[in-house]
Amino acid sequence: MATNWETVVGLEVHVELSTETKVWCGCKNEFGAEPNVNVCPVCLALPGSLPVLNATALQYIIKAGLALNCTIAHFSKFDRKNYFYPDSPMNYQISQLDLPLCRNGWVEIVLADGSTKRIRINRIHLENDAGKLLHAGDDVAEGESSLVDFNRAGVPLIEIVTEPDLRSAEEAGLFLNKLKAIIKYCGVSDVKMEEGSMRCDVNTSVRPVGATEYGTRSELKNVNSFSAALRGIEYEAKRHIALIEAGGTVDQETRSWRDAKGVSVVLRSKEEANDYRYFPEPDLPPVVLTEEDIERVRATLPELPDAILRRLTTEYGLSAYDAAVIVAEKESAEWFHEAVALAGAGNAKAVANWQTNELNRVMNAKGLGPDQIPVQPRQLAELLQLMEKGVITGKIAKTVFEKIVETGKDPEVIVKEEGLSQVADEGELAKVAMEVVVANPKVIEDWKAGKAAAAQFLVGQMMKATRGRANPQLAVKLVTEALRQHTGQA
Amino acid sequence: MTHNLSASRLNKAFASGELSAVEITEAFLARIEATEPAVRAFLTVTADQARDRAKKLDGRRRNGDGEIGLLAGVPVAVKDNMCTEGIRTTCGSKILGDYVPPYDADVVERLRAAGAIIIGKTNMDEFAMGSSGENSGFWPTKNPWDPGRIPGGSSSGSAAAVAAEQVTLSLGSDTGGSIRQPAAMCGIVGLKPTYGYVSRYGLVAFASSLDQIGPFARDVEDCARLFEVIAGGDRRDSTNAGRTPPAIKLGGEPSLKGVRLGVPREYFGAGIDPEVKARIDEAIVKLASLGAEIGECSLPHTEYALSAYYILAPAECSANLARFDGVRYGHRTLDSGGLLEMYMKTRQEGFGDEVKRRIMIGTYALSSGYYDAYYKKAQQVRTLVIRDFEQVFRQFDALITPTSPITAWGLGEKTDDPLAMYLADACTIPVNLAGLPGISVPCGLANGMPVGLQLIGKHFDDHKLLQYAWAYSKAAPFDARPPLGKGDK
Repeated sequence: MATNWETVVGLEVHVELSTETKVWCGCKNEFGAEPNVNVCPVCLALPGSLPVLNATALQYIIKAGLALNCTIAHFSKFDRKNYFYPDSPMNYQISQLDLPLCRNGWVEIVLADGSTKRIRINRIHLENDAGKLLHAGDDVAEGESSLVDFNRAGVPLIEIVTEPDLRSAEEAGLFLNKLKAIIKYCGVSDVKMEEGSMRCDVNTSVRPVGATEYGTRSELKNVNSFSAALRGIEYEAKRHIALIEAGGTVDQETRSWRDAKGVSVVLRSKEEANDYRYFPEPDLPPVVLTEEDIERVRATLPELPDAILRRLTTEYGLSAYDAAVIVAEKESAEWFHEAVALAGAGNAKAVANWQTNELNRVMNAKGLGPDQIPVQPRQLAELLQLMEKGVITGKIAKTVFEKIVETGKDPEVIVKEEGLSQVADEGELAKVAMEVVVANPKVIEDWKAGKAAAAQFLVGQMMKATRGRANPQLAVKLVTEALRQHTGQA
Repeated sequence: MTHNLSASRLNKAFASGELSAVEITEAFLARIEATEPAVRAFLTVTADQARDRAKKLDGRRRNGDGEIGLLAGVPVAVKDNMCTEGIRTTCGSKILGDYVPPYDADVVERLRAAGAIIIGKTNMDEFAMGSSGENSGFWPTKNPWDPGRIPGGSSSGSAAAVAAEQVTLSLGSDTGGSIRQPAAMCGIVGLKPTYGYVSRYGLVAFASSLDQIGPFARDVEDCARLFEVIAGGDRRDSTNAGRTPPAIKLGGEPSLKGVRLGVPREYFGAGIDPEVKARIDEAIVKLASLGAEIGECSLPHTEYALSAYYILAPAECSANLARFDGVRYGHRTLDSGGLLEMYMKTRQEGFGDEVKRRIMIGTYALSSGYYDAYYKKAQQVRTLVIRDFEQVFRQFDALITPTSPITAWGLGEKTDDPLAMYLADACTIPVNLAGLPGISVPCGLANGMPVGLQLIGKHFDDHKLLQYAWAYSKAAPFDARPPLGKGDK
């Protein structure tokens, strides 16, 4: 009988904090600058330089820890993690080994069946990022030479370590998206995987369904996107299962994900694992936090996605789906709130409809990120107002919306320039109705024969003739009148 | 003779116009030129910068531009492990043989602000690892009292230069005794301040939790003056206490009335030279005659301090010295086939034996499977040593011990026996483990070589130690001068 396998996944997620300056010195923390401009004696590890903890970085990790339901340590310390590599100026990283700043948190994800699941967070600690290497060749061993850019060296990094609570690539995806949203709401990182401000290592193992012991895990590094993480998990799970089913065993090893080929390769075996020779960092005193210190940071926490979602469904009566789409990104939730504030709470559902349908469709089609919303909340509010006042029809509103996206112009300007306002002039419309009737003798016969659809067809023709601007109710009335008049039925 | 004047005297002479900074500088440069072949205290003499600086000081004084600093017109030498902007800083190592820092250490900024004339960078045991100066990557410095003997270490050049009157004051660094021990062996005063009193910013780290910069001088007043200049808050060093020392008042009739001084018996055990012990005993009698209440006491974990130190200091240094890898600055091997080879050859060529020995000990002590047995155990011992001191300081204001159990030994005598060399620091190391202040003052000669008396105080009682040391030195003046100091014009 074939065994049913369960995939077990734990993640180590690195997030770069978006502080103004680096974690141990005053150099700018900035992405994309010219190489080696944001450097000083401290982040170049010149002889005699010393680290000083960036107070904002400390505040940010506490904020992230609170948002992820962690306990914040009243006593925490830094440790040196020793390893030689040219991108690491000190040849040790200042990190936290046994007394991290945050412990025992959790993130709730919503599974496909609508149920919720808590993914536990073991710890979050603060450390510094390394510089970047550019190899003239495939890697540092093969290349003729290598260049080092130390701009990133010393950028503050938090490492979020989950318990092995994830059971599939899908769950890992849900978790990463939720984590990303929460971090972003906190404003402590821009969490852009493509810019490397969020990176993750993936620990995967498999076990027969129902087993209580974990299988041997492999650690996957070099996972540079959400989709790579998901593909990597699936690949590893399949690889483990195939190994076991073929009578072999899984080796505990560190592997590297080759995204282009969709495979993982061995980086180092358990025997070759680095001995980091951790010891307490003597250049930095322990971090001692009082309850008041922690509460002060808690007071700066914004409303988080779970709470906003609850509010959108209860306060505005949005569907759980619409609410989830809106809160998935900090920018989209902010956009929603701003539009509702302008359009009135009574229009909240309409705003949500426009946002989750039209706006999302346009943004997906154009490949726009959450920070590139092409329509201003004010513009949607105006558009809704034009519909409410009967200036434009719902159909025209969609056209106007497209034009806003295209030109960035305000709805009223577009309606004016394009002459899109509803034609409600009865005399003018009556003329059009008569023209339509006269031009369609076959339809008149149908109408006479009692086919209701015939009148509807003529209304459609009227709309076409007025490019959709005819007031629909009026059009129905005038077509009927014109038919009667034309056929002599009074 | 300008070169044997005290810092306070030179400062006054400069302020009054009796001596110009240029005259002072020239006198010391000439003195260095005359004595350096015998002493070899300097790795770099910054003659040009010192002359420029002197001219500026004179100009400012003439124009009444700004206040006259505590060290205005005073020539100072700096141990070569403190960064000096634009001036080579080697740490006594070939690996930094031509390294020029782009910034000044905090203490160097303070020296400049106080009007000091930096006259050069002094020789030292490589990366401050050693007790004799012989581990310098360049050459051994000689004891001005006897050129056949070591001056002590690791601040060998700074101690010898002050003793030989090549300079009035100097800075050293003390991780396990590297100020106090050479001060004792060269017959001068040396203070290891409380850990956290003086900023370590710009001090090339040996063992971060133990390193502290401190002053060398020929008398206690000068030592206090230099301490006042260099101590104080610096936010660039997170282990700095942010404290400014109180004004130190030395003067009047020397008295130690009511001061309780403890004599820890563990510091007088086997291995102490009987002549050294005799000088310390005499000093104790002298201290008692000044009114001090003397009592015996015990620091029971003293015998483990040395072993703990030789785990903790190497462990920290193994990480601190990892940055010397040939990637960004300093020596890089010319002959490398790849990254690993570059690392290994660079470090093989750049570091001397003692540095390699300590990096290996430290790496081993921190390795997985050994950490608990070595590093962790040593930290526990450190805690016990700290508690020992806390206990006795309930009863005493300060402790009296020999600075070193022996006087300066012959050059080359112990170079093949590192363990024997390590023992020379048995009396100074516990003070660093506990982060306490310790001062060494000369208390006579044994076998023709100077002996140092060590006073150990409570945290941030540096000013009191200086007062006690001053009282003692007034009551028991040490007038002997090394042969180099005699007979020259």
